[in-house]
Amino acid sequence: MENLESKFAHIPGWGIDANPENDPTYPMKEWNGDDHKRLNYERPPQQPVDIEVLHSNERPTVSAVFGTSTPPSGLSGMIRRQAFKYGEGSWGHWLPLILADRINVWEGMIDDLLHGHFPNVVKERGWKAEWEHNRKGMLTNAAIAAAATAAVTAFFVIRSRTKHSK
Amino acid sequence: MSMIAMNFRGPFRVRADRKPYPEIKHPGDAIVRVTRSCICGSDLHLYHGLVPDTRVGMTFGHEFIGVVEEVGADVKKLKVGDKVLVPFNVACGTCNFCNQKLYGNCHESNSQSTAVGGIFGYSHTAGGYDGGQAEYVRVPYADVSPEVIPDWMDPDDAVMLTDVFPTGYQAAEMGGIRKGDTVVVFGAGPVGIMAARCAWLFGAARVIIIDHYEYRLEFARKFAFCEAYNFLSLSDPVVFLKKETGWYGADVCIDAVGCEAAGSALQTLTGRKMLLQAGSATALHWAINSVKKGGIVSIVGVYGPTGNLVPIGNVVNKGITIRANQASVKRMLPRLIEHVKNGVISPKEMITHRIPLEEVAEGYHLFSRKLDGIIKPVLIPSTARA
Repeated sequence: MENLESKFAHIPGWGIDANPENDPTYPMKEWNGDDHKRLNYERPPQQPVDIEVLHSNERPTVSAVFGTSTPPSGLSGMIRRQAFKYGEGSWGHWLPLILADRINVWEGMIDDLLHGHFPNVVKERGWKAEWEHNRKGMLTNAAIAAAATAAVTAFFVIRSRTKHSK
Repeated sequence: MSMIAMNFRGPFRVRADRKPYPEIKHPGDAIVRVTRSCICGSDLHLYHGLVPDTRVGMTFGHEFIGVVEEVGADVKKLKVGDKVLVPFNVACGTCNFCNQKLYGNCHESNSQSTAVGGIFGYSHTAGGYDGGQAEYVRVPYADVSPEVIPDWMDPDDAVMLTDVFPTGYQAAEMGGIRKGDTVVVFGAGPVGIMAARCAWLFGAARVIIIDHYEYRLEFARKFAFCEAYNFLSLSDPVVFLKKETGWYGADVCIDAVGCEAAGSALQTLTGRKMLLQAGSATALHWAINSVKKGGIVSIVGVYGPTGNLVPIGNVVNKGITIRANQASVKRMLPRLIEHVKNGVISPKEMITHRIPLEEVAEGYHLFSRKLDGIIKPVLIPSTARA
């Protein structure tokens, strides 16, 4: 075998963590022999469940600690509640959640408006960065979009006039 | 009392808003004032609307460091004023998985899914925690994962230890690399570049990285000392890699791309556009097909749940070992801190952009569109200087 140490002397730390014991057929490298105890470990204290927390039907309870970011609400919340009746590996679980996410976007828009906030979509999409770093591409795309809109409009106008003239 | 925080409003739409100051909800919690937080490549999966149960109003951010402002009654190790780096996993430290140092698989930090542990700012599928792209953040189980930043450590190195460096390192570790191995990394994002760099630490003799952004490939050549190829210039990356490895295949292939892989029209259509798969599995296909028979495929790329068109027949026929996981950051921190201290690696060299938290929307856009030579952006709240 060639002398790899000298060949890679220019790479800081080459081979420093080489470990012949790193057997990839054993993912649980730190196996401790206690896995049979499963849920018998001493659970941390339970965070008070003072908001609605959906939990997977593949576990008996909510976890000892959970996030409180954005509890389910509105129509999207109703869909999410239904989704959690299905197991994590089920399409009945994930596809409704994706649908709920899309509905939730519109709920967010409505919520903004109800709070007197008109969403600045240009700002939220960060288009200032596009303008600063890809102005040519942005203008090209805008020109293509304008041309396409004009072409579609022209098509319907001409078709409408043709119908009327018949 | 309120603070500035990133606020997700829907795919491709985020903004910096005023949100309530976080509260102690559990005796093991701490409140941390954020001094640095990164936008991660995997945040882009959320930003692009690919991860189910990403709710409007959430704050993202699982890579952050900061200063402890408040602690719960049960917190013993940390004290107010400590400067801490916070691994992206929320881990209890007592469940059977944490006992096996599988902190990425904690059973007491995520109610919504049993497949993944809790992750800061990473949808409700990962626990529904608000993340660190904010001025302040609630950190549960504060005595378990967070690590006090050594005095000598540059904060920019510290923030890279919360995810990028450990995930890249674990990707290489899971590859079971032996001295002299050829390693192929798919994806020259921050984690892929870091995985390529770490492959050398395990004794790789050849490291190849594949991507389709030239500027990232150029960065990888310099930072990770590796060969770098643009798959857009290859008619078939798998055939190319077979030829490059004596028609044998690589010893180890690493998928550092995940659900947004480009390169296959079918995968892009069904995985990214129609969301009929848990993301496009193109990089995974290439990894499985490019590795040698009996080789190892290591996956750290993020995929959504649940189904994917994966060439499992080739896995069987080739006798491949697949290892995959979210990084268990806490397990690796002592060794990685040692590497930073000894100058083996300086992860902060990957940081290319510093963006005020108030300009988070521009930061996401820049990173999503790969503009201005961006490799790794860091968000800095105005309160970081207080």
